Amino acid sequence: MMERRDLKQALGRLLGPAGPEVGCDECFDKLDQFVELELAGEDADAAIPGLRAHLAGCPACREEHESLRALVGREQAL
Amino acid sequence: MSAPTAVTVEPVEPASPPPTLATAPPSLDAESREWLRSLRASGRERDEAIARLHALLLRAARFEVARRRPTLPHLRGGDLDDIANLAASDALLAVLRRLDDFRGASRFTTWAYKFALYEAAVKLRKRAWQGREVPLEPETWSMFSSAGLEPDAELEQSELLATLQAAIADVLTPHQRRVLVALALNGVPIDVLAERLNTNRGALYKTLHDARRKLRKHLEERGLALDDWLEEKR
Repeated sequence: MMERRDLKQALGRLLGPAGPEVGCDECFDKLDQFVELELAGEDADAAIPGLRAHLAGCPACREEHESLRALVGREQAL
Repeated sequence: MSAPTAVTVEPVEPASPPPTLATAPPSLDAESREWLRSLRASGRERDEAIARLHALLLRAARFEVARRRPTLPHLRGGDLDDIANLAASDALLAVLRRLDDFRGASRFTTWAYKFALYEAAVKLRKRAWQGREVPLEPETWSMFSSAGLEPDAELEQSELLATLQAAIADVLTPHQRRVLVALALNGVPIDVLAERLNTNRGALYKTLHDARRKLRKHLEERGLALDDWLEEKR
């Protein structure tokens, strides 16, 4: 048996994000710009609409976004 | 394995003109300009730039391997370093092949890192699933039962799940059903499924996206309140 929160997450994986989103290829093309805008405190979502929705729907691109953000953020902190 | 080429799932337009700061083509910073100049040079200067680039990409690939290491207990240190080296080499080829695509929207090193992270992540996902059967049929409907629901909510959930299961069976094409079940229900990594089906990540995600849209439309047409059941709120 799963908790209601887990059920919501499972349904979210099946039904994906509600709004418009870019595809994996456009996500890859713009990921570097998106991450730098995020780390600079700029409005990355306004600059690149649909990319965050894609990250919500695509676990592979989401992992790569998290890694790039962590790597660049670490280097900026040094 | 090369990095994806451009395919858009859906055209996405900004709701309002975005801030000039975020969208104006940024001028290339001095370090990025120097990377481009040296990689486009000839002879020893280019060789040295390529060696520096490879070292940079290897650092990024090792970073990715280290992040994922806890999820890969069966892989030894030597295997992981082999994956990092192979990822760095493949990323180097991809970066050099796509050098003209770099427009200075970010620093050159950030742009280059994403190729190494991508190559390492894809290789690690494939290695983790090496030799494993990729489940393409629903195995886990029983997981879709939630504990501690009030009787009304339980009834509503039963209706939603029955409609959803019927929609997956009846509304989707066989290919859409297979892709949705593998990726969204059975947790198969998209790169693993792409390799087994001899396609690529972008094409598979497009199929998944179309299947999700069909299911949402079908459920909404039947008056099911999806917002109540999903994490997100529109």
